[in-house]
Amino acid sequence: MFSYYLKIAWISILRHWGLSLLMVCAIGLGIGAAMTTVTVNYLMSANPIPHKSEQLYYVQLDSWDVNDPFDEGKNPPDQMTYTDATNLWKAKKAFRQSVNAQTYAVIEPSDPDLLPIIAEGRANSADFFAMFDVPFIYGSGWTEQADNNKELVVVINKETNEKIFAGKNSVGESLKIDGNIFKVVGVIDTWEPKPRFYDVTTGAFNKSADIFVPFSLIAEEKISRSGNTNCWKPSGEGLAAFLAGECVWTQFWVELKTEQDKQDYLTFMNAYVEEQKQYGRFLRPLDNRLSNVMQWLENQEVVADDAKMMMAMSFMFLIVCLLNTVGLLLAKFLGKAPEIGLRQALGASKATLFSQYMIESACIGLAGGILGLVLAYLGLKGVESLYGDYMQGLASLDISMTALAIILSLVSTILAGLYPTWRACNIAPAQQLKSQ
Amino acid sequence: MLESGIIIRALMRNKIGALLIALQIALTMTIMVNAIFMIQDRQQQMQRDSGIDEKNTFYLMSTIFAQDYNKQAEMRADLNLIRKTPGVIDAIQINAIPLSGGGWSSGIQTKPGEDQDGTSSAIYMIDEHAINALGVELIAGVNFQPEDVQWRASGKRNWPAKTIVTKAMANTLFPDDWQSAIGKTVYISNDKPMQIVGIVNKLQAPWNGWSGVERSMLVPMQMENQSNYYFIRTEQGRRDELMPIIEKSLAERIKGRIVRRVTTLEDTRKKSYRQHNATNKILTTVVTTLTLITGFGIVGLALFSINRRTKQIGTRRALGATRWQVMRYFMVENFIISTLGVTIGCIGAIALNMWLVKTFNLTPINIELLIFGVISLFIVGQLAVLYPARKAALIPPATATRTI
Repeated sequence: MFSYYLKIAWISILRHWGLSLLMVCAIGLGIGAAMTTVTVNYLMSANPIPHKSEQLYYVQLDSWDVNDPFDEGKNPPDQMTYTDATNLWKAKKAFRQSVNAQTYAVIEPSDPDLLPIIAEGRANSADFFAMFDVPFIYGSGWTEQADNNKELVVVINKETNEKIFAGKNSVGESLKIDGNIFKVVGVIDTWEPKPRFYDVTTGAFNKSADIFVPFSLIAEEKISRSGNTNCWKPSGEGLAAFLAGECVWTQFWVELKTEQDKQDYLTFMNAYVEEQKQYGRFLRPLDNRLSNVMQWLENQEVVADDAKMMMAMSFMFLIVCLLNTVGLLLAKFLGKAPEIGLRQALGASKATLFSQYMIESACIGLAGGILGLVLAYLGLKGVESLYGDYMQGLASLDISMTALAIILSLVSTILAGLYPTWRACNIAPAQQLKSQ
Repeated sequence: MLESGIIIRALMRNKIGALLIALQIALTMTIMVNAIFMIQDRQQQMQRDSGIDEKNTFYLMSTIFAQDYNKQAEMRADLNLIRKTPGVIDAIQINAIPLSGGGWSSGIQTKPGEDQDGTSSAIYMIDEHAINALGVELIAGVNFQPEDVQWRASGKRNWPAKTIVTKAMANTLFPDDWQSAIGKTVYISNDKPMQIVGIVNKLQAPWNGWSGVERSMLVPMQMENQSNYYFIRTEQGRRDELMPIIEKSLAERIKGRIVRRVTTLEDTRKKSYRQHNATNKILTTVVTTLTLITGFGIVGLALFSINRRTKQIGTRRALGATRWQVMRYFMVENFIISTLGVTIGCIGAIALNMWLVKTFNLTPINIELLIFGVISLFIVGQLAVLYPARKAALIPPATATRTI
């Protein structure tokens, strides 16, 4: 029976091809728009490190001005001072802890034919690699000893390794960075977490760093820091005074295994701040926070307002398209009243009629869904080219999104078809036959 | 009037069909009005004047990597070379590029002391060539003199004695009379005094999303950093030709540094407003498609209802109705449905706007936009029903005598 209904549906769709086309287009556009925005939102709010996001915590301490609180007192500063980051790092109260900041450097290849290159860098402490599961091709990260001894070691990414060492195993090679000779200890594979959760302050969807160097080298003036710096109190002259001052520019992450560990760490943080209060710092009331990866991304509002707004709009758009379809299906099915009356008179049950017209709706829905997928794909390409770097890699359809698109289109057309079908099945046959 | 009573009675016999169209119109209007509102809002932001001669300016970054490098002397030599290049109007070293999104800001207060409230302002560190190189207009006071310019070594915190502020900044600091700002002393870093010697008409801060984007100040100071921006203004239309020439001559003048990021201000503007631009394009597409879908939906439904009523229309024609009267019937019918639609649409548009205001801090929509929405949807409805109505009018009276 199913294939017979399909055949009838096909004939009926072809007979009113203009109307069918209109419905397929409407559903396709609606699904396309909805899927484009859903995908962008889905990828923006994706969990960049799903297996560990509950154990990684971003640390915030409220060290800000008592007269003019950070973010009007709603949130503690989004970064940490050098003093606090190094103190917490030295305390080693968490399973793993890592301080990091953005840097930049000039690499001078030893090959005189190659031009010097500018590298986006990250200065971090040893645990960074293990905490964030950074994949290595060659070698590994440096040890805690290297941090303490301020060793000139560097981990480079695959791209930099290609450029300077032609892609071979460069562990043990030396690299001239900002005039100093660094030793390569590791080469990492492509690692582009989206969002770049470990540093959202300089763009949550920016590229990961080219090189990684020990954080302790910043104080040694072996590497220059960049990234956002926010101060509430003027610091003295020179780098030492700046580091000792109340400027926030570092990011501090800890890895804590259990809820108990988290509570213990919070207690430790509060005790630390109480202790610092004795030195005349931390004049604001206690507001220290631990946020896991997803909480942190939410707090930093990584999903752009524009994206959310457009998703809301596109769902309303889909509703308009569906209303359109309901109207057209209703008109179409009611237009068949004489035919339905005839079939009922010949003994067709309501259930038979119902399933037949539902199949017809579903066929239109399926066609609309497929068109919608194509349009969503084009839409995402469009979004990517319009937004440029900002959305790079954010616009791709995966299996679950494809499935969602098909399901969404089927469910919505079947819903849209319910009322018209019900009306069609309730046509009084006698009246229809009489009028002929 | 115009048989509207009869039409309404006829509509009541097919309530759902009419209601569906009305709802579509309502939702279309809801989205349309809010989307256009967002587009306008962004367009206004994009059209703001940065104050500088964007068409004829570009900048580049010089990053020093050599260890033995006389930063002061080389920078002077660099600027000399650029300024002497034929076609260049002027050039400066600057710490931040307007529109670029990256820069310095600092709190400025009219009285010294830690407990005083400050007004934040963007800080551009430049020399006495800035007014000319940026192409900003000095509307009061005087420009800096060469001896006003101080050097600041990396990590130092010194501030020069003079400053030039924008009119908007002067207005915020001295709300009673912006011109009175000339000669006044303001304080940076809580207690470092600076005297306002001049006021420029307009110079935007680097952050276009910042509410204080019009507040910025020029500070006569040159930095000894690893990386420095050179900002260059050329004669009308010679920018593109001079960009590679200057890049090359700088790179050749001294090794030990990289010349990079040679960018025009126009590109910076484009990049800076890229999201705005993209969102606007998407919203425009949404509004257009939506209107088309609603329009075609009306066409489809009207055609169908006319097909079903062929015999009745024929009867009406046979009884003496003119073609125009038949056409008018469908147009009035559409008008009534549209009225219902836009009424719901007005409520919807305001409700959606209220939600947007609450969630995303937008501003409330204005009444003109609502009126525009109402009128345009009436027009869309009438245009959409025109073809079906004409088709109905062409049904010959003889149809009445035939059976279907």
